[in-house]
Amino acid sequence: MASSIANGGGGHDALRFYLTKTAQFFLVLATTLLGLVAVTFIIGRVVPIDPVLAIVGDRAPAHVYERARQELGLDLPLIQQFWIYLKKAVTGDFGNSVLTTNPVMTDIANAFPATFELATLGTIIGTIIGIPLGVLAAVKRGTLIDQVVRFLGLAGYSIPIFWLGLMGLLLFYAKLGWVAGPGRIDVTYSYLYTPITGIVLIDTAMQGQWDAFWNAVSHILLPACLLGYFSLAYISRMTRSFMLNELAQEYVIAARVKGLSEMRVIWRHALRNAAVPLVTVIALSYANLLEGSVLTETVFAWPGLGQYITNSLQNADMNAVLGGTLAIGTVFVLLNLVSDLLYRLLDPRTR
Amino acid sequence: MAGSPAFSQPTGLRAWLLSPEPTSRWQARLGRFYLGWRTFTKNPLAVMGLGIVVLLIVVALFADVLAPYSPVIGGDLRTQRLLPPNETFWLGTDDQARDILSRIIHGSRITLFVVVLVSIIATPIGLLVGTIAGYLGGWVDTVLMRITDIFLAFPRLVLALAFVAALGPGIENAVIAIAITSWPPYARIARAETLMIRNSDFIAAVKLQGASTPRIILGHVIPLCLSSVIVRVTLDMAGIILTAAGLGFLGLGAQPPSPEWGAMVATGRNYLIDQWWVAAMPGLAIFVVSLGFNLLGDGLRDVLDPKAAK
Amino acid sequence: MMKPLLEVEDLHVRFHLRTGIVEAVRGVSFQLGRERLGIVGESGSGKSQTGRAILGLTPPPGEVTAKRLAFDGVDLLTASKRTLRTLRGGRISMVMQDPKYSLNPVMTIGEQIIEAYQAHAKASRAEARDKALAMLEAVKMRDPVRVFSLYPHEVSGGMGQRAMIAMMLVTDPDLLIADEPTSALDVTVSMEVLRILDELVAERGMGLVFISHDLKLVSSFCDRVLVMYAGRVVEELEARNLHEAKHPYTQGLMRCLPTLANDVRPLPTLNRDPSWAL
Repeated sequence: MASSIANGGGGHDALRFYLTKTAQFFLVLATTLLGLVAVTFIIGRVVPIDPVLAIVGDRAPAHVYERARQELGLDLPLIQQFWIYLKKAVTGDFGNSVLTTNPVMTDIANAFPATFELATLGTIIGTIIGIPLGVLAAVKRGTLIDQVVRFLGLAGYSIPIFWLGLMGLLLFYAKLGWVAGPGRIDVTYSYLYTPITGIVLIDTAMQGQWDAFWNAVSHILLPACLLGYFSLAYISRMTRSFMLNELAQEYVIAARVKGLSEMRVIWRHALRNAAVPLVTVIALSYANLLEGSVLTETVFAWPGLGQYITNSLQNADMNAVLGGTLAIGTVFVLLNLVSDLLYRLLDPRTR
Repeated sequence: MAGSPAFSQPTGLRAWLLSPEPTSRWQARLGRFYLGWRTFTKNPLAVMGLGIVVLLIVVALFADVLAPYSPVIGGDLRTQRLLPPNETFWLGTDDQARDILSRIIHGSRITLFVVVLVSIIATPIGLLVGTIAGYLGGWVDTVLMRITDIFLAFPRLVLALAFVAALGPGIENAVIAIAITSWPPYARIARAETLMIRNSDFIAAVKLQGASTPRIILGHVIPLCLSSVIVRVTLDMAGIILTAAGLGFLGLGAQPPSPEWGAMVATGRNYLIDQWWVAAMPGLAIFVVSLGFNLLGDGLRDVLDPKAAK
Repeated sequence: MMKPLLEVEDLHVRFHLRTGIVEAVRGVSFQLGRERLGIVGESGSGKSQTGRAILGLTPPPGEVTAKRLAFDGVDLLTASKRTLRTLRGGRISMVMQDPKYSLNPVMTIGEQIIEAYQAHAKASRAEARDKALAMLEAVKMRDPVRVFSLYPHEVSGGMGQRAMIAMMLVTDPDLLIADEPTSALDVTVSMEVLRILDELVAERGMGLVFISHDLKLVSSFCDRVLVMYAGRVVEELEARNLHEAKHPYTQGLMRCLPTLANDVRPLPTLNRDPSWAL
């Protein structure tokens, strides 16, 4: 009886606890996003290029210049300028891209699926191969396989991604002809389907355009494997470290005492526990691939966010650069949020 | 009485270093260093890493002597352009008929310059922010750590890109941009260390003596946080090199004709299929040097933080 | 006496470390029927490693050798992994020290008991569930159905240890090794756990190896006591003849126990003679 009463009280406390937690969580999220906007705003104001001159040209008379300046709101105090910038940012208005003349947000929405497709496939490859490799290295600690995994990991931390991409193109595209070259899909196939999700593999498959699908596969294979390798390097290393930690725990011995097979002890008991921190690692690696995609997309002419940012950079298109940076930062923050939620879901102790 | 005869029996430097009763602080420090060194040298990969880093420094110092040709002035454009590796040009020549080996040798200076400068700028920022936040606590801590988290919320290369875009391309701006994106993890570590130190008795003793807060932070807290932050910076150096090379590859780092490795790969991209060496060689240099820093950092962590080494 | 359940002769456990060889167990011999054997010793005396060696669970750099190490006639050193696995958990089981660490934190208690049962009995999930619930009841859980679906962090230490006992006894083993089963628990809780263990062992006629550092506890709980020091058995005696101990180490241990009758102040401490370790 007493315990049920205590439980009732506990339930109430727990509810309040969760509410404060959630409130805190959203507060942190909001301030982080606000900070992201502030950072991009500050970067935008540091630019040595005068945005007014960029519009009116350097021969414009003083009154034209002044009018343009007022239209851009540059005569207002900085804090007021930030307020306007923030209000626009919240509605997704980052101005127009000088390069494409579209609103930056439209460009980002168009470019995002390509990056998403590539980074997701990369993470899937990295996770599917990286986790078993890491487990194997931990179980066979100190053997050849352990050394190989260690070296693969260290190399992944040391190879410039853009260089490995170029070398991959050289070998698998130019010399061996195993995969298609840069781009997402050959022009001949690009009219065979209508973009719906923006993810070529899904669009072509849904519309039954299998030739186009396989062409897209052959295009995405190399960059996805490349990103997959970098994700694998990180994931396998962390898996190894988490597994070594778990395998030394008493409950692993208890599982062996119960007479369970070694496979079950490793994969069901130890890995299930290692999976809790691994979720964070996978989310982080996904976020890192967003970063890697900037260089990879440049190498593979992949029309995603990374290429959009670098193209805009080369044309001093600050609106586009800052919008793209903010978009990637936001995804980064959201990924951290998702990993946090998954962590809670997987670990009964945090529920 | 220090240094009793019983312990000084096996004479020589080794015995002096390993003496369980060091007679001076210096001896104790050197002894500890020697022990660390012994652990370090047992790890062949770490020694290899150290070798690579030392090689980088030597090559950078003596680039003028070592490089067989000029890094910026090319040879005869009609006969010496885009030559494959051969006896005269060990790593081949590029589109301006410049010797790639000489360019890589001179490029080591830029790499070293970037790594050293970024560390010199980012480490103190991280240390200050972290120790101040950790020591003062309260709202100062909250505000500083929120700022740190915001910087951590951007992928490093993307934020560096945005900064370089604003500041304009160039090696100095690249250094500043990388430094701005590098300090947050150091601040995190320094804060964690400070939180452990803050409540210790010796800090209380210093406080009772009337030391001011800046004096405590600068004189007592920072020196104690230094070693773990330095390990972290060493582990980060490969990342700094890769970010700098990435910026160079995108044309935002060192400007031509400067022999920056990332920019050299970008040039080689135009000749990738038929003259692969133009892109391959400088990329290999980046790989080897970052691998060196990674191996060294790994070895250092094994020595300085045996618990973290799994 | 019938054929012994467990035969251990000249058991050695060595660890090859970078700094040299450490011998944790050095020539331990004993036999066990369906009786209660206590192994007493201080930490590092090799008592836990003896228990783990019987189960074939010596951690990696360790090496086990013995003239004979057999369970119910099966040679444990030459048996195949498969045979060992059917013995482990099925016929020999072990209750470990701290339920906080020895229960898998991300599986419910019920799930872990079911898993132990299904590893050895061809049973449907429903049968296994019934068996697990019955077992939870056998260890005197007040609300087995509720405990069944709880995670280890949601129960107290005493409940956790009872769940551990339920998990390890669900397969009706013939031999139970209890490795310091109560040293992580509060005194009152530990008495309760011991009583439950006592009952179950008696009821099912199991052999028991009870490993502990607590001489008094072991002597009250077991029929026979082995005293270990530095990897060797220094003395073996019947629990009721404890006061006849001849070895100075055992005598020393006895003298350290405070009693109500003779108030000795200060309590004598153990003097370890280096020659005991030879």
